[in-house]
Amino acid sequence: MPSNWTQSLTELIRRTAADLPRDVAAALRKARRREKPQSAARWTLDTILDNIRLAQARGAPLCQDTGTLLFYCEVPLRCDTRALTAAIHASVRQATGRGNLRPNTIDTLTGCSCAHNRGDGMPVIHVEFAARRTAAIRLIMKGGGSENVSTQFSLPDTGLKAGRDLEGVRRCLLSAVVQAQGNGCAPGVLGVCIGGDRATGAEHAKRQLLRPLNDHAPEAYLAALERQALADAQKLGIGPMGFGGATTLLGVKIGALARLPACYFVSVAYMCWAFRRRGVVLDAAGRVVRHLYD
Amino acid sequence: MPAKLTYPFTRASIRRLKTGERVLLSGRIYTGRDRLHKFLAEGGCAPVSLKNGAIYHCGPVVIRAGGQWRVRAAGPTTSIREEPYMAAIVKQYGLTVIIGKGGMGAATLQACRRYGCIYLHAVGGAAQVLADTVKKVNGVYFHDTFGPTEALWELEVADFPCLVTMDAHGRSLHAAVARQAQARI
Repeated sequence: MPSNWTQSLTELIRRTAADLPRDVAAALRKARRREKPQSAARWTLDTILDNIRLAQARGAPLCQDTGTLLFYCEVPLRCDTRALTAAIHASVRQATGRGNLRPNTIDTLTGCSCAHNRGDGMPVIHVEFAARRTAAIRLIMKGGGSENVSTQFSLPDTGLKAGRDLEGVRRCLLSAVVQAQGNGCAPGVLGVCIGGDRATGAEHAKRQLLRPLNDHAPEAYLAALERQALADAQKLGIGPMGFGGATTLLGVKIGALARLPACYFVSVAYMCWAFRRRGVVLDAAGRVVRHLYD
Repeated sequence: MPAKLTYPFTRASIRRLKTGERVLLSGRIYTGRDRLHKFLAEGGCAPVSLKNGAIYHCGPVVIRAGGQWRVRAAGPTTSIREEPYMAAIVKQYGLTVIIGKGGMGAATLQACRRYGCIYLHAVGGAAQVLADTVKKVNGVYFHDTFGPTEALWELEVADFPCLVTMDAHGRSLHAAVARQAQARI
């Protein structure tokens, strides 16, 4: 694959780390207006908004935890995926060398830092083929704090009084938010999957985070549950960073997968306020055709 | 107006601060994460004196430019992972300030009360705002053994902004907010 690919992807990484998408920044500005002047919540959101401006102006990582790199690639049918993978690895290496990514990948068995952020399973690369001429590459950087508070439920759950229905799902989501408190860097976004097996459910929950904040699930009952869970979460009063306040979440995105008769999983991917999500459409030569999420 | 707190962080200055109060901290701080805490709590020898000092739960992005270290991003990491070790470190090394995010548990709160220590919460993710307060990197320890992210970086900061969320009098904002949320569920 031509070196344009590496160059375009290196720039995608730099920009994703430094420049929050417009929908997330707008949601944070709106959250700030809801908090009382002089409150810890207001001070927190002021600091967050200052930080967003500084990072964007400098092109420097807005959070030092540059997270798990989740690449979602939609590529033409004839795309050489080995070359694509090589270009992604080369761009991660370049971005690490330039200080746009922290050395953030650990060999689990030796405890040593992996060179160039490259290890087994890291970065994460999803590839889907489609009848298209260009490649759409989306990138999410998901920090460790938010990953640690992500969770999975198996219904029914008697402790939560959660049965195998949407009310049961709603109870799981509220429990996940209460458990997370400020540890996922609230106010965050929930990506949720109902159903699937344990692995596909967790993956599909994360995939919901590709959706813009202002959309709704296409199924009316899931869209209603998204609105309800968001409204209920705000009433918990956990607030920005868990200091107490009016905004505990910025959004809830729910999808569903088929399941086995015996299984009913609710998977929750918590994304921090530093919701780094960007994308580019590249032509066959790796030149940027357009930006996504602008 | 936020309270000013300057190194060395004496017990008298710590005890004046209360949960909910904002603080601008200046002077020397040491970063430390999972590997350093485990090492110290298990009897490892600290390469610096932590007495009346601060540990910042942070793995900064640091680059080497013109023969000098420069901090490029430096927000807090989740503190609760250090809960198994923190109380022992406060007791053993005379630490008086813990900086991090998310708060800590009952054992740390008790150690803060007994030995005179506070927990200061920095805004998670605000790596640029916080990196701006770092005026100098004095040095680094365990860079090769723990790796650059887990290493102990000795930093000089000026007006580092944070919020007292656990004080030396047994109060925790985190416990209060969690109780309230649980009651509303």
